[in-house]
Amino acid sequence: MTFNLKKIIKHLILLIFLFIMLGPFLWLISTSLKEFGDVFNYPPEIIPKTISWQNFERVFTSFSLVRYFLNSIFVTFVRTLGTLLTSSLAAYAFARLKFPGRDKIFILYLATLMIPFQVVMIPLFIIMKYFGWVDSYQALILPGVFNALGVFLLRQFFISLPKSLEESAFIDGASYFVIFSRIILPLAKPGLATLSVLSFLWSWNDFLWPLIIIDSDTMNTITLAISKFQGYYFTEWNLLMAATLIALLPTIIVYICAQNYFVEGIAASGTKY
Amino acid sequence: MLLYKKLGQNDLERKQAIAGYLFILPNLIGFFIFVFVPLIASFILSFFSWDLVNEPTYVGLENFKMMFSRPLFCKTLLNTIYYTFGVVPLTIILGLFLAVLVNNTKKNFVYKFSFFMPYLIPMVGAALIWQSIYMPNFGILVYLLDKIGINSPQWLSDPNWAMPAIIIMSVWKSIGFTFIVLLAGLQGIPARYYEAARIDGASPIQQFFKITVPLLTPTIFFAVVISMIDSFKVFDQAFILTKGGPADATKTLVYYIYTQGFEYFRMGYASSIGWFLLIIIFTITVFQFIYQRKWVSYDL
Repeated sequence: MTFNLKKIIKHLILLIFLFIMLGPFLWLISTSLKEFGDVFNYPPEIIPKTISWQNFERVFTSFSLVRYFLNSIFVTFVRTLGTLLTSSLAAYAFARLKFPGRDKIFILYLATLMIPFQVVMIPLFIIMKYFGWVDSYQALILPGVFNALGVFLLRQFFISLPKSLEESAFIDGASYFVIFSRIILPLAKPGLATLSVLSFLWSWNDFLWPLIIIDSDTMNTITLAISKFQGYYFTEWNLLMAATLIALLPTIIVYICAQNYFVEGIAASGTKY
Repeated sequence: MLLYKKLGQNDLERKQAIAGYLFILPNLIGFFIFVFVPLIASFILSFFSWDLVNEPTYVGLENFKMMFSRPLFCKTLLNTIYYTFGVVPLTIILGLFLAVLVNNTKKNFVYKFSFFMPYLIPMVGAALIWQSIYMPNFGILVYLLDKIGINSPQWLSDPNWAMPAIIIMSVWKSIGFTFIVLLAGLQGIPARYYEAARIDGASPIQQFFKITVPLLTPTIFFAVVISMIDSFKVFDQAFILTKGGPADATKTLVYYIYTQGFEYFRMGYASSIGWFLLIIIFTITVFQFIYQRKWVSYDL
């Protein structure tokens, strides 16, 4: 009897927290479906009086939301691909190949792990200006490609793989690149998937860098765009929430599809993106 | 030729060394341009005064002196510390509480999934959602507080409540991180310790403080350090929710760097604050290395 009571209390507490954690999402969905006139109703309604799907239509037609969305997809995709490619190559060398200076270079990589982006953003902006890349896709993509964490994560993963397969391939005369691309990469799929979801998050949720480097409207990423909507819509919370919902939907969809990689990636690397 | 000899004892080793350099080259070049050079440049810039238009002028330590003589800098530093000491303890304690509860629950998928979800959405999105929650007069929070008989403050427009509002929002957003890290730590504690404790008649509370907490300290410590470093970099929430206001009550260090650099174009001064931030983060990291062994019990 007491056992059951404990169980009930435990679930009750968990349900209260569940409500607190999901409540803002409910509020987001509810507000995004309200008519403008109902946004300021008091007491606030969780289920809108009239459901206004036109809100979504309006944010798509009155602003180039599709364009911003595609910008984000393009930037995220290229950035993730670039991270995977360059990090896995470097990580393989750090994990398996011997060359003079290897450990020193690796320590240099590790040392930069703790450097906050906010320290380098000013010279980075100046470098971009010098290259003539302000307000460009290159500027959005390239600085994010080269992060030490990606190299570090994959190196740890490669080290954990058994060496025997590579050794037999090497005796058969395979080149390092063939070993890397035919043996290591297929075995490293879980590691690559973890890095992909992390890179996706870093890129999709990035705000400060796009805010600095993007000027023109057509170059907005979706996160930058919704921050600007705040100024345009002002009190039209229903539209602002509709746009916000669209902006964060991909992160939730990818999370649902690749839940374990998110959890492992973030728990193992201890990264706050 | 001499350089080639240095690469290894024989051709096989040299071949491997060349392959090694070629493999790291693409990443190293990018790393050099986008990380290493900016880092050095930012250090050098912090001794200069530069508005991007005129020639940079060397000012020595002037930027660093100026920093501490400016009330706004001191205020942003204090605000950032306020934020950190609000968010870190709350996320750790609540994250630990939830992790323990969820770890003791069999069908916990829905809880795990939901508690982690806010952590993954863009901070900008989270801030916008909370802005509508904090909405004065009509907002859901005002209503809920009113229901339980609390007179709601004017959250974001009250200098005393704006920072707590940002802290509450950020705790909601980042509790998923401490929760998931601590849950992974809890799952690493072997069940046999608890079995042994139960046989010896230890109460659940005794078990928590005598088994869970000591064995979890490495993980808690890790979560604290990462959360602290992250908190010192707070920007997005303040930018979206309050624009640093009211009366600079929510202007943070990074916000200050942003305005000095990209609104007033004081590139040198902004860089020097960036290095100040780096020193704080470096200190936390060094502290972690030194005190890890003292505070944390690894022995089982």
